Amino acid sequence: MVAYLVVTRSPGWPRVQTTFFSLEFGRESFLPILRGLWVNVQVLLIGGVCVVVLGLGLAVLRTLRGPAFAPLRILATAYVDLFRGMPLIITLYLVGFGLPALRLQGIPTSPFVLGTVAIVLTYSAYVAEVFRAGIESVHPSQRAAARSLGLTHRQMMRIVVLPQAVRNVTPALLNDFVALQKDVGLISVLGAVDAVRAAQILVGQSFNFTPYVVAGLLFVLLAVPSARIADAVSARARRRQQSGSTL
Amino acid sequence: MSAVLEVRGVVKAFGENVVLRGVDLAVDEHRVVALIGGSGSGKSTLLRCASLLEVVDDGQVLLDGEDITDPRVDADAVRRRLGVVFQAYNLFPHLTVLDNVTLAPVRVHGRSRSEAREEALALLERIGLADKSGEYPDRLSGGQQQRVAIVRALAVRPRVLLLDEITSALDPELVGEVLRLVREVAEQGMTIVMATHEMGFAKQVADTVCFLDQGVVLESGPPAQVLGDPVEPRTRQFLSRIIDAGRL
Ligand SMILES: Nc1ncnc2c1ncn2[C@@H]1O[C@H](COP(=O)(O)OP(=O)(O)O)[C@@H](O)[C@H]1O
Ligand SMILES: [Mg+2]
Repeated sequence: MVAYLVVTRSPGWPRVQTTFFSLEFGRESFLPILRGLWVNVQVLLIGGVCVVVLGLGLAVLRTLRGPAFAPLRILATAYVDLFRGMPLIITLYLVGFGLPALRLQGIPTSPFVLGTVAIVLTYSAYVAEVFRAGIESVHPSQRAAARSLGLTHRQMMRIVVLPQAVRNVTPALLNDFVALQKDVGLISVLGAVDAVRAAQILVGQSFNFTPYVVAGLLFVLLAVPSARIADAVSARARRRQQSGSTL
Repeated sequence: MSAVLEVRGVVKAFGENVVLRGVDLAVDEHRVVALIGGSGSGKSTLLRCASLLEVVDDGQVLLDGEDITDPRVDADAVRRRLGVVFQAYNLFPHLTVLDNVTLAPVRVHGRSRSEAREEALALLERIGLADKSGEYPDRLSGGQQQRVAIVRALAVRPRVLLLDEITSALDPELVGEVLRLVREVAEQGMTIVMATHEMGFAKQVADTVCFLDQGVVLESGPPAQVLGDPVEPRTRQFLSRIIDAGRL
């Protein structure tokens, strides 16, 4: 309330109001930005699936025991260290501009594809760590029970360990999904005409910043349902833990 | 008669800590062997070595005469022939009681789902838990969970059942129901090795009692002799501590 008063009475407000909150520009920009947002949603869904598959694979590799698996373990660790440490924007530039510059046969040049690849590289490294924490949270006695029944290592992972691991880290995964929802807007730096880029084009034509506000609000609307689901799932997980059913 | 399970000179160390220093043990078919010994004497380690959950440093374990500690044997195939029940039940919390029991018969032994289901329900019926078959383990009492764990181990029709202090984590009033089931299973001819602190039960059900001390089987024989009139001073000492604790 106070903030509202301070802002609306500031000397620059009338000007800000017309350049950022113009109803007319808002209406005009809505459809092109919504079309752009569809691109973001596609990246989100395709990328999300790839992130989960790759992240799970990396996590399983990192938790393999025994000297025979050391090379795989080291490779997976290096991958995670690299892409978790590198700022997403740099990965985007390197993949988006570096790969096509090699002019290799078969390398896609679409900013949509390259942007998705870069995002998957970064997020799979994060998600791998979440899954790894989940795998390690499953008590060793569960593994012993599975092995003693004659299950192979692979069966043990698939049937006994991973389902429990995933259940344990679902809240953390959903949080990463919410973060991913806005980071898909970064593919605009490669020129993909997503919501952000569409807004940018409109701003360039009119020198009115309202399209940015529209795009921002649309991203927020996209994130709200997942955020609420994440809350609900975390609350349920907390209740389950408190009721003591951890065995 | 040749032994179903035979342990020959097994040595097992964890770093500097040598837990088993050459353990010998033979279990004939349809026999029940009780392993007793102080806490930390290596009972669990011995059972884990026998079920290939630990790799022995030296010595052999033979199952039906086959050396299963040979690194060339397929450990998964060996474990299929064993049933193990742990102190902490270790049921799979994300699977129903029925799925816990049918998991190995279906996935490991390739039985049909319906056959495994029927057999599992019959076993659960026998222990009075058929109506719980659709529940998740955390809805069951400790005693019920442990009985399900025993049934899960039996469902693979093991050659030998290894029980590791399966009543130690239970409230006293739940111990009886679990021991009753073990006695029933023993009476039906299952070959059993059980680590236990229940001396009274060992006396009634075991054919042989082995006292594990300082990494070796110090004394073994019929329960009446080992528990009633032990030869070794250390066995006497251990038993008198147990009697003082009111458990014999
Ligand atoms: N995985 C392990 N790593 C290191 N030490 C272990 C491990 N398992 C058991 N030990 C040690 O081996 C000894 C025997 O343990 P255990 O076999 O559990 O005895 P018991 O079942 O007779 O109480 C203990 O000193 C214990 O600390
Ligand atoms: Mg023990």
